[in-house]
Amino acid sequence: MLSIIGITRSFDSTPVLRGVDLEVERGEIVCLLGASGSGKSTLLRIIAGLDRPDAGDVQLEGTSILNQPVHTRDFGLMFQDFALFPHLNVAQNIEFGLRMQHIGVKERQRRVSEVLALVNLSGFERRDVVRLSGGERQRVALARSLAPNPRLLMLDEPLGALDAVLRERLILELRDIIKAVGLTAIYVTHDRREAFAVADRLAIMESGVIVQMGTPADIYHRPTTIFAARLLGLGNVIPVTNWHAGQAITAVGDFPLDQSAPALLLHPDGLTLDANGEISGTVTEAVFQGDSVQISLTANGIPLAFKCDSRQVSQPPRPGELIQLAVNPAHILPLKD
Amino acid sequence: MILLPPAFLLIFFFYPLLSLFAVSLLPDGVLDLSGFSKILTDDYYVRIFLFTTGQAALSTLLTVGLALPGAYAFARFDFPGKSLLLSVSTLPFVLPTVVVAAAFSALIGERGILPLNLEGTLTIILIAHVFYNYALALRMISSYWATQSPRIEEAARVLGAHGWRLWWEIRLAAIRPAILASSALIFIFCFTSFGVMLILGGIRFATIEVEIYRQANSLLNLQIAAALSIFQLALMFALMLVYTRLQAQTGTDIQAAQTVARPPKTPREKLFVGGNLALMAVLLFAPLLALLVRSFWSPNGWTLQYYAALATNARGSVLFVPPLEAVGNSVLYALLTTVLSLFLGLIAAYGLARRGRLSTLLDPIYMLPLATSAVTLGFGFIIALDEPPLNLRTSRALIVIAHTLVAMPFVVRSVLPALRSISPNVRGAAALLGASPTTILRLIDLPLIGRGLIVGATFAFTVSMGEFGASLFVARPDTPTMPLVIFRLLGQPGALNYGQALAMSAILMVVCAISFVLIERARVLGIGEF
Repeated sequence: MLSIIGITRSFDSTPVLRGVDLEVERGEIVCLLGASGSGKSTLLRIIAGLDRPDAGDVQLEGTSILNQPVHTRDFGLMFQDFALFPHLNVAQNIEFGLRMQHIGVKERQRRVSEVLALVNLSGFERRDVVRLSGGERQRVALARSLAPNPRLLMLDEPLGALDAVLRERLILELRDIIKAVGLTAIYVTHDRREAFAVADRLAIMESGVIVQMGTPADIYHRPTTIFAARLLGLGNVIPVTNWHAGQAITAVGDFPLDQSAPALLLHPDGLTLDANGEISGTVTEAVFQGDSVQISLTANGIPLAFKCDSRQVSQPPRPGELIQLAVNPAHILPLKD
Repeated sequence: MILLPPAFLLIFFFYPLLSLFAVSLLPDGVLDLSGFSKILTDDYYVRIFLFTTGQAALSTLLTVGLALPGAYAFARFDFPGKSLLLSVSTLPFVLPTVVVAAAFSALIGERGILPLNLEGTLTIILIAHVFYNYALALRMISSYWATQSPRIEEAARVLGAHGWRLWWEIRLAAIRPAILASSALIFIFCFTSFGVMLILGGIRFATIEVEIYRQANSLLNLQIAAALSIFQLALMFALMLVYTRLQAQTGTDIQAAQTVARPPKTPREKLFVGGNLALMAVLLFAPLLALLVRSFWSPNGWTLQYYAALATNARGSVLFVPPLEAVGNSVLYALLTTVLSLFLGLIAAYGLARRGRLSTLLDPIYMLPLATSAVTLGFGFIIALDEPPLNLRTSRALIVIAHTLVAMPFVVRSVLPALRSISPNVRGAAALLGASPTTILRLIDLPLIGRGLIVGATFAFTVSMGEFGASLFVARPDTPTMPLVIFRLLGQPGALNYGQALAMSAILMVVCAISFVLIERARVLGIGEF
């Protein structure tokens, strides 16, 4: 439905977007995951029409919308700081978009109570937005974006201004609401847990380009760049010192790798405790987490981490203890820079 | 010690006010409401009230209307010299009313340098009011505007707002608290306008303030004058209450302040910013330059004769002394006022800094003299302090006391924030390290409030130098202050009198401008809550 083609954008000759391509299908939630400063927000602003790209095109159903003014695009954008209108109450905030479309009072009232119910804020119509809690503001901002039934909803770090506890609770609710309405959405975040929970498809953004795109499971199990692996919280990135005939030489040991790469990932899913394993290391920390034990170790100076089933280890290894690990070759992945 | 400032207010502020009540309600010792019923029903006074309200409303509308585009330019655009210009633009705040009146008379008055005689018209009064209040509106609105997140505008645009609806429903609506608060303040200032009205308006225009002066001074109708004073006082306090409410609203906003100003890019933006800056510069500098130029210029060309004449006591002059003596008088009064208001203001501020129920009660009370018109103060003085036990009618101290009443609030406001910022633990730490209370005062408090003291002292000095309304009542004819001499000279025919008035105004303007620079330099470092 929405095609983003080769978008570039620089600010004061610093490139922020360097040729972004992205396809969004009707009804799906695409999540842009990237560190702060990777250009995610700029991309949203360009799609919304609040900013213009230096080159590239934004197309809706195959037609370019680059020259269409913001207010006629019929998109929704939820800002990180929510940007509620401080001089209007909750209902007036939510009906603002409807008023811009010259929709009558009756219909507006109906729609306001409908979306308020959707975000679990029924009865809040007359409240002053300045006096709402953080979580309530977030819901009002969402309701305001939903009310005009936008063709595309964009959310820029919508949970970024909230504390961790609230975030956990709201993330699933947010997905349910978007899905219940059947909206097409682009969701920007730097938090992988948020991205995993909300995305149908995930795009990893790194310094102005999308480096990998796929389902959350795809990307989690097969990251392709060092940056993506780190962003996904996979720490076992090991520099490759040499590669020869399908074998990568590293400080930790030699591993089968079908191509030359600057680094490889020993995916934590592929590491197991095994007295005959090819990796040996010194335990630095072992944390019992109920169903699993999180073990951190260093192998020849390289930090590694993995989880093992807590029922398989009767006694968690102690810091300083020497252990052996086995690697499942299917979980050894080459990583690009 | 701590009781000195309240006692000072009690004797020199509340006692005169009570005397006004007495004169208006009990002229002969029995209750007599005829004064009030007269000013509330007589067509003459109703017309004065309507004119006072009307001109204040018109001045407010004009000022805010002109300042709005300027405020937008300052809030959203960056340009070289912006902060300097913003600070220079507040110069009128410290300029005495007589100087401003003289300056506008030198620009567009009967003997002004522009071939445009507006003297005695409502127009020149409105322009002078805009001159006084433009920067106030610009500052209040633009600083509030700058705290409004640009995201709010963007959110509105994404939701479909554009053109006039974006302006009306978002940009202007979002700054409504600042517009209302600045309007209320400007309305209050213009409502009690005195010097400008008296000098530029001539006899045709009288505000309540001018009428109080006329009734008390020329017609000696004390009962009516007192009734008018009380009526205006009640109105001003009510308006002040409204203003503080509105002002408090400008404090609550949910978006974090962030600087979003950027240089103007398109030709339209450049024209917009440039146009507003030009308006600002013309409004600010044209009258002041006219005053300077006109004070050196006679029909025969450039001259210093007006300045030279200030030292002589011309025969048949309205003054009993050479005008230059007024400079000495004014400086002496101003220095004494500075000392007295610093002394009382510091004690008051120390009392207020210890937060408590008493200090929240006293805080607004210390501000009351500011909300009281100068003419009312002066009038109260001559009614209350002219007979035993306090017969100060002929004392020169009366001027210093009157000026201190007006200057003390400035000292309190300048010092209080610094005092409040000193945590009690800091003093405790110093004491534990062996510092005695006086050592703490010298080594901890004084350095921390030093800048605030300078600002307060300069304010006190400047306020005293320019004070007009109260001095008009309490100064003795043989020891006039500079504003009084200017006023008397302006009221006389003859080119020499006029020239001398402008010369003295120019001197007073320079003194106030120097004070202003001192205040602004200390304020740049973040001192003072106004």
